[in-house]
Amino acid sequence: MNKDVKVIKVKNLCKKFGDFTANNNLSFEVSKGEIFGFLGANGAGKTTAIKILCGLSYPTSGEISVAGFDVYKQREQLKRNIGYMSQKFSLYEDLTVFENIRFYGGIYGLSKEVIHRKADDLLKKLDLQHARNKRISSLPLGWKQKLAFSVAIFHDPEIVFLDEPTGGVDPVTRRQFWDLIYEASREGITIFVTTHYMDEAEYCDRVSIMVDGKIEALDTPAKLKEDFNAVDMDQVFLALARTATNVE
Amino acid sequence: MNRFIGFLKKEFYHIFRDKRSMLILFGMPIVQIMLFGYVINTDLKDVKMAVLDHSKDEYTAEIINKITSSGYFQLSNNLKSIEQADVIFRKGDVKLILVFEPDFGKKLVKNSKANVQILTDASDPNTANLEVSYLQGILQNYNVEINQDKQLPSSIQANSRMYFNANLESVFMFIPGIMATILMLVSAMMTSISIAREKELGTMEILLVSPLNPLQIILGKVTPYLALSFINALVIVGMGYFVFGVPVLGSFTLLMAESVLFIFLALSIGIFISTVAKSQQVAMMLSMFVLMLPTIILSGFIFPIRNMPVPLQVISYIIPPKYFIVILKNIMLKGVGLEYVWKETLILLAMTFGFIGLSLKKFKIRLQ
Amino acid sequence: MNAGISIENLSKTYGSVQALKGINLDINSGELFGLIGPDGAGKTTLFRLLATLLLPDIGSARLCDIDIVEGYKQIRNLLGYMPGKFSLYQDLSVIENLEFFATVFDTRIEDNMDMIHDIWVQIEPFKDRLAGNLSGGMKQKLALCCALIHQPKVLLLDEPTTGVDAVSRSEFWQMLKNLKSKGITIVVATPYMDEANLCERVALIKDGEILQVNTPQEIVDQFERKLYAIKSDDNYQCLLDLREFEFTNSVFLFGQTLHYTDVRKEFSLEEVNSYLKSKGHLHLEIEHVKPGIEDCFMALSTKADGYE
Repeated sequence: MNKDVKVIKVKNLCKKFGDFTANNNLSFEVSKGEIFGFLGANGAGKTTAIKILCGLSYPTSGEISVAGFDVYKQREQLKRNIGYMSQKFSLYEDLTVFENIRFYGGIYGLSKEVIHRKADDLLKKLDLQHARNKRISSLPLGWKQKLAFSVAIFHDPEIVFLDEPTGGVDPVTRRQFWDLIYEASREGITIFVTTHYMDEAEYCDRVSIMVDGKIEALDTPAKLKEDFNAVDMDQVFLALARTATNVE
Repeated sequence: MNRFIGFLKKEFYHIFRDKRSMLILFGMPIVQIMLFGYVINTDLKDVKMAVLDHSKDEYTAEIINKITSSGYFQLSNNLKSIEQADVIFRKGDVKLILVFEPDFGKKLVKNSKANVQILTDASDPNTANLEVSYLQGILQNYNVEINQDKQLPSSIQANSRMYFNANLESVFMFIPGIMATILMLVSAMMTSISIAREKELGTMEILLVSPLNPLQIILGKVTPYLALSFINALVIVGMGYFVFGVPVLGSFTLLMAESVLFIFLALSIGIFISTVAKSQQVAMMLSMFVLMLPTIILSGFIFPIRNMPVPLQVISYIIPPKYFIVILKNIMLKGVGLEYVWKETLILLAMTFGFIGLSLKKFKIRLQ
Repeated sequence: MNAGISIENLSKTYGSVQALKGINLDINSGELFGLIGPDGAGKTTLFRLLATLLLPDIGSARLCDIDIVEGYKQIRNLLGYMPGKFSLYQDLSVIENLEFFATVFDTRIEDNMDMIHDIWVQIEPFKDRLAGNLSGGMKQKLALCCALIHQPKVLLLDEPTTGVDAVSRSEFWQMLKNLKSKGITIVVATPYMDEANLCERVALIKDGEILQVNTPQEIVDQFERKLYAIKSDDNYQCLLDLREFEFTNSVFLFGQTLHYTDVRKEFSLEEVNSYLKSKGHLHLEIEHVKPGIEDCFMALSTKADGYE
C-alpha cells in the first residue's frame, strides 16, 4: 500500500432522492493498493455510494475523484480505469470461460495477443486450464467467483469494486478468494469491497461503517475494536448498526 | 369457498395494481377498435356517382336531386345502358351507379312499389358498404316524405349489388376480428403470464406446498380473466354498435354465449402455455407467436383465407379464432342462429375440452 | 405427535449433476436443526424434497411419520416452508399477503395470533406497505409470519438470513428460539458457519454429502488437531510463508489472525516461531485457540476433497 498516493478522494459526497438522503456528507480517501472495507446494514446507502464512485450515477453534491478522474466530467476515463464485480452478475453463464475473458478484454480494448497471453496466465494461476472451453454455467460457484474477480482486474485497473463478492461461497473458497484480493493489492490494485461476513472485515486494511447514509466509523479494524471496546468486528458492527433509525 | 374468494381477491389486486395489465385489458380494445374503425370508416364526401335512368320521370329526377344535394354524392355521368357499368367502374372515378327500372314513377304510384338498384365498386368494400347505407337512408327519407298524405303506403325497393367483391368479405370484419384478437390476448396471454410470474417469483413454490390442489390454483388464476374478458367482449360489441354502427342482427344472447365459449378456450390455451413456460418472458413470447400472430394473420381477420397458399389454408383450420370469427360474422352480420354455426361451435367446444384436459394433466403438483 | 424427520439414503440428480448423494439424517421432533453448507451443497434440493416439491431418485424420507411421496397431501398441511428467494407477492401489502396465506390454509389471522404474535408486532407498523418496499429483514419476518399462519408442525427455512444484515440476522434467530419453545420442529439452512452455534444440532453439508451431524459443541470437540491463532504484522505474508513450512497441515486466514494446524501430534511451538522469525516476522503472537464450526467445516471439507 502506498499511503502517499490517494486513488479515491471523496469530499462531502451527498446524494438525495427527493426528500430521502441516501448519502449524507461522506468524506474519505483510499490509498493505492489499500484494501478498503465498505460496510453497512442493508439500506445504509452503500450501493448508492458505489454507483457514484463507479461513474454510474451523479452525486447531488461533493467533490469526488476516482483513479484521478472527476466523477462529473470524466466518467468515460474513470470507467476505463476501474473494475467491478458483484455477487449477482459478473460472467455470462452461456459463454465459455475463455469467451468471457475475451469479451471483457475486448471491451477494454486489449489486443488479441495480449488477451491470449493474459488469459493463459490467468487460467494457469487459477488452475483452470482444463476448464478453458467449459461454459460458466457448468462451474461450481467458488470457481465462478474467483474467475469473475480475475476478469474484473484483467485490464489492470487502478481500483476494483467488489460488491459482496463472497456471499454463499464455502469457507475454503472464500479464503482462496481473499488470497486473490491480497495478491492484487500487492500488485498495487486498490480494493474497495463490501461484505456481510464480519471476519472478512478483519482482512481489510481499513474499514468504514455506514449507518443511515453517514459514515459512522472509519479506521483500521484493530483501532475500531479498541474504540468500541469490542473483541471482534461483529460487535463493532452491531454496536453501530443498532443505532440505525433508517428501518426502511 | 373461502379459499377461492381469498385467491380471487389476490388476483384482482395483482391486476389492478399493474398498470401494464390494466392498459392491455382496457386500453387496447378501445384503441384497436378506434384504429380499425377510423382507418376503415372515412367520411363520405362528393362520391362520384353515375345514373342509369330507364324511367326519366319526375320521381327519379327528384330522387337524384335529393341524393346530389345531400353533399355526399356528386352526379358525374348519365349512362345509356347497363353495359357501360363495367367500363366506368374500371376507369375508377365513379364508385356508384344508380339504376332506376323502367316506369319507376308509374309503378310507384300504381303498384306502390318501385325498384332501384345500387351498383357499387366493392374493391374497397368498407366504403362501398358505407355508400350503400347512406343511399338507402336517403331513399328511405324520400319514401317517408311521399307517403305522408297517402292512405296506402308506397315503397321504394333498393337492391344493392357489389361489383368486384360480391360477398363483401371483410366489411365490418374488423369487429369480429378484434374481438377474437382481444379475447385471445387477454385470456390466454394474461393468464399464462400471470401463472408464469408466480413460477418466476418463486411464489408458485409456496402455493404448491400449500394444501391447494391444481384445480383450485387454476380456477383462482383464471376466473378474474374470465370476468374481465367478458366485460371486454361487451365493450367491443357495444363500441362497434354505437360508434361504428356495426349491427348485431342475430341473437345477442347467442353471441355472448359463443363469446364465453371462446374465452374458455383461450383461457385453457393460456393455462396450457403456462405449464410449458417457466418465465413470464417465455409465456409472452409463446403467446405472441403461437396465438397472436396466427389470430391476426391466419384467421381470415385481415387476409381472406381463400387467397392464402394451400399450406397456410390447411394451418388455418387448426386456428381457433378462425371458427370464432365465422360464428361472430354469422350471428352479427348475417343474423343467423345456432343452426348455422353449430359445426364451428362444436369444434370450439372440442378444442376447449382438449386443452383443459391437457393442462390439467400437465399442471404439476411438484416442481419438476 | 412426532414431528420429526427421518431421511434414508436420499439421492437426487439433475442431468449430470448429482445434487444429493445418498443422505441419511434423523431430525428429532421439536428440534432446532441447522443445515450448514455453502451454495451448491444440496441444501435447497433437500428442502424441496422434504417439502414434497421434488421426487427423490433413490431413497425415502418421512416427515411426521408420513412418507414424502405418498403422503404429500397430508404433509402439505403440516408443513411451513420458506424458500430461499423472497417468495411473497411484492405488489400486495403486508397484511394482504398474510390474509392471502391464511385463506389458502382455510384459516384466519386472528385464530393464529398466538403463533405469530411476537413477529407480527414488529411488522405491524408497516402492515399497509407493499411487501416489495420492505427492507430485507422485514421481508424475512413477513415471510416467516406467512409460513407460520397455519400452525405448522415442521418449519423448513431455506437460507432465511442470506443477504440480511447482522442486526436483522440476530433478531431472526431470536424469533426461531421462541418458536422452538412452541414445539415446532425447525430446520434452517444457512451458509453462515457462525449460525451453527445457534442450533441444537447441525449437519455440515458439502457437495451433496453430509460431512458430519452433531451438536455444535461435539463437532468442535472432535476437531482432531491443536489449533493455533497466529498474529503478525503482515498476516498475508505470514500466510504465504507458512504455506511453505514443511510441518504445516493447514493454514487459513481467520479474522485478524491465521489459524494454523501442524501435521505432527507433538511439537514445539518454538519451531514455528523461529521459522517465521527467520522469514522476517518479528512481532508474533501465537496462542492455542478453540476451533469454531468454520474451522471444523474447513478441516472436514479439505479432508473430504482429499479422498476424492
